[in-house]
Amino acid sequence: MINYDEILKLSPFSLGKDEKQKFLTESLLSLTQHHYNNCETYKNMMYAINFDAKKVNSYYDIPFIPVSLFKELELRSINKDEIFKVMTSSGTTGQSVSKIYLDRKTASYQQKTLVNIVSQFTGSARLPMLIIDSPSVIKNRAMFSARGAGILGFSIFGKDKTYALNDDMSINVSAIEQFLEKHKNEKILLFGFTFMIWQHFYKELLKLDKKFDLSNGILIHGGGWKKLVSEAVSHNEFKNRLESLCGLNDIHDYYGMVEQTGCVYMACEHGHLHASVFSDVITRDAIDLSPCEFGKPGIVQVVSVLPESYPGHSLLTEDEGVILGEDDCPCGRLGKYFKINGRLKNAEIRGCSDTYASKF
Amino acid sequence: MTNLEKYTKAFEETFNITAEQTKGLEYQAISEWDSVGHMSLIAALEDAFDIMMDTDDIIDFSSFEKGKEILAKYDVDVK
Repeated sequence: MINYDEILKLSPFSLGKDEKQKFLTESLLSLTQHHYNNCETYKNMMYAINFDAKKVNSYYDIPFIPVSLFKELELRSINKDEIFKVMTSSGTTGQSVSKIYLDRKTASYQQKTLVNIVSQFTGSARLPMLIIDSPSVIKNRAMFSARGAGILGFSIFGKDKTYALNDDMSINVSAIEQFLEKHKNEKILLFGFTFMIWQHFYKELLKLDKKFDLSNGILIHGGGWKKLVSEAVSHNEFKNRLESLCGLNDIHDYYGMVEQTGCVYMACEHGHLHASVFSDVITRDAIDLSPCEFGKPGIVQVVSVLPESYPGHSLLTEDEGVILGEDDCPCGRLGKYFKINGRLKNAEIRGCSDTYASKF
Repeated sequence: MTNLEKYTKAFEETFNITAEQTKGLEYQAISEWDSVGHMSLIAALEDAFDIMMDTDDIIDFSSFEKGKEILAKYDVDVK
């Protein structure tokens, strides 16, 4: 079995290609074996495709399962009484949702991995945190969405958490002013979903002709670009507009999904998403599913060493992406770096930001 | 008020329970102590003792008893 306490001592962007390949191949093979032994449905799938672990030379050879399968099947490698938390994906009304079964161990290592990766960007001290969302997102505890889970997961990096929006998603100018006054000259953390920031923060401030000085801030945002793409707002424009309005110049997009919580892909200062040592991305040809060369768009496969309570260590997503390079991003971080083009055609709308945006 | 009283009070007020119920209490054992309640509890303890916990300690804070060990790291003696 994987010794997670040992693994988590690794610095997230410290392994070069060969070392990482060896580490991931060993870890993911051991997880494949673990799920084969503990999840009957997974075992049947592996049996059906004649999977033979001896033929695996690299983690590229380990089978992937489509992420949508978590909507249709109860996939878990733990007993019912060991279930600690069930995470559900974001989905628009009428869509079925993924169910991810966590035990205490997996849930705790997910959180620790998130801390390990994100603190590389925010620093190890917890910062005063402004959440660009409404407090109602985490009020309904019984219906905990991926959006609420994202906010909670990231709120561990913050202190003195303040919500920038009211329950009806209108902007709470006085709360923001008080927060900024209290933390003048301190580094602050801003967190939110891309569309909420654009629609309910940026556009509202423009409308109100209101400017805040957020030049001490670091903004982390994620959850999908779909709606902004349709409004023709590019990553660069998003950044530039926020910078010109509030002096915000430290902005990081992230890519991640509830099926592999913990392993987020953070964008560096050059706007490239980075895979940490705990996970990786492979892009695959839409016709024959063979790995694409760097620079060529393909279907994104994600692998992660964290999923132990459910067989989600190797998943084919419904996103299209391009791997830009490996170990040679100008930011100095090792590992692959990539960008996400968007959802595959005909795929469901998902993403915390996108499911919300579909109402607009 | 002793540190133990302050510590217990943070649990009582955050989760709306009695001092009796805090004994042996574990994360997720009651519906109030879920991941949302957890962050509220951390905020209450940080206020009460004027400390700031590391992220790892927030994650490891898994029970009423375990929390006492963690606070000891911040020179808060809750025994």
